[in-house]
Amino acid sequence: MSDITTFRSATEETPLARRVLIGIAAGGLGLLVFAPLIVVFAAALQQGLAAAIASLGNQDALSAIKLTLIITAISLPLNAAFGIASAWFITKFDFRGKAFLITLIDLPFSVSPVVAGLCIILMFGTNSLVGGWLVASGYPIVFALPGIVLATMFVTFPFVARELIPVMIEQGRTEEEAALTLGASGWRVFLTVTLPNIRWALLYGVLLCNARAMGEFGAVAVVSGKIRGQTATMPITIEMLYNEYLSVAAFSMAAVLALLALVTLLLKTALELRLADQLSASNRH
Amino acid sequence: MRIEIDEIAKSFGTTAALHPVSFAIPSGALVALLGPSGSGKTTLLRILGGLEFPESGRVMFDGVDATGLSVQDRRAGFVFQSYALFRHMTVFENIGYGLNARPRAARPPKAEITRRVTKLLDLIQLPEIGARYPSQLSGGQRQRVALARALAIEPRMLLLDEPFGALDAKVRRELRQGLRDIHDETGLTTVFVTHDQEEAMELADLVVVMSMGRIEQIGKPQDIRARPATDFVREFITV
Repeated sequence: MSDITTFRSATEETPLARRVLIGIAAGGLGLLVFAPLIVVFAAALQQGLAAAIASLGNQDALSAIKLTLIITAISLPLNAAFGIASAWFITKFDFRGKAFLITLIDLPFSVSPVVAGLCIILMFGTNSLVGGWLVASGYPIVFALPGIVLATMFVTFPFVARELIPVMIEQGRTEEEAALTLGASGWRVFLTVTLPNIRWALLYGVLLCNARAMGEFGAVAVVSGKIRGQTATMPITIEMLYNEYLSVAAFSMAAVLALLALVTLLLKTALELRLADQLSASNRH
Repeated sequence: MRIEIDEIAKSFGTTAALHPVSFAIPSGALVALLGPSGSGKTTLLRILGGLEFPESGRVMFDGVDATGLSVQDRRAGFVFQSYALFRHMTVFENIGYGLNARPRAARPPKAEITRRVTKLLDLIQLPEIGARYPSQLSGGQRQRVALARALAIEPRMLLLDEPFGALDAKVRRELRQGLRDIHDETGLTTVFVTHDQEEAMELADLVVVMSMGRIEQIGKPQDIRARPATDFVREFITV
């Protein structure tokens, strides 16, 4: 026994406990996140880079990539707008049924995407009242772009609102009230006070929304009809290629989708770093 | 500007925040709305500022009915309890906000805005802090910036909600004098809300003691001290 005893601080674990915890975290991350990512890229490149790129060059593959990007480009700004509007409505006004509305916003998280897809078919399919009329007028929803966009928007609806609501609750209404007393119009208050205060939460929500919109499978699988070269998005195409034993093509497409997700993640990280810089800059002195 | 409050009443849901209250504030006065929390004093201040609207009664500014006037058109310089400075703007941008928010035709040119903001920074005796952000200021500095921001719009009256509530005793004393000086210099009709009877008695020309949405007494500080009208007033001012 040595005379000098070093005390652990109250929140510090024993060295063994620390190692076990770090081991579990690292092992879990490696097994569940990194390994699959590496496997996808390895499988895509099993016959060389040329084969992988060639498999992405055909009409159907290009059409799938294009379709996914179009759907994301449509649903993202719309859901950002809906998200801001609902977060604004919920946090800035007091009304009856507020808790119910918040639950309703979360509904897409708890409802299976397949069920959501079926709901859209029931509402807008050729056998429905609205759908029949729309098809007759030449604007089909189901098995066409609008249906896929609707399905994607339904599934990704909560992301922006969910990010914004806690931030807006925490910030309260007084800054907006102050701007109003200074003579600013409602729209000006929104642009100069509300939006700058929520911009990071909004970007974060939009990025999460983006990742999910590109990757959505279940709801889109139901409403798209999986028409190759027309309504098959990237995830749908991956599944079809895989079922046809075209593994290089399937994994190449999967690798592209994973890359798009990684780009989103990098963007998010870059934004967070910039935010941290800004925060430390304004807290100095 | 003379303010008349005529039978103003307001309730939130089933609880009455203000029973019909009436009184007049002479032009250029410095008035304290004094009372415990829940007495309706902040509600009354927010009604004057156009942030809440009464269920009945009228508000008159210089004899003109202003009850339905929008918050933007009231031109009331409002200082919030937590100051509500715009955290993503510098002190300079905060103070200039009201001038920049004016419609294009009424907006002063950039150089004029700079000149006025600089002058206001001098008035609050913080000429060096224009480039800082609110998070870099002390509580007392924030309060003074909020006051300058409210003064920048050339308000017709100054309304302050617990302006010294979040400050320590020493700063409180300094800023009390600061508010008195600014009031005397601008001559603006000023109404402030407080639950601190000492603050009200020391600073105000006229004290309105409120409780449970009713006015208990209106008078000069020395008169209220000498002749409390009700038991509530007597107890409240001797705490």
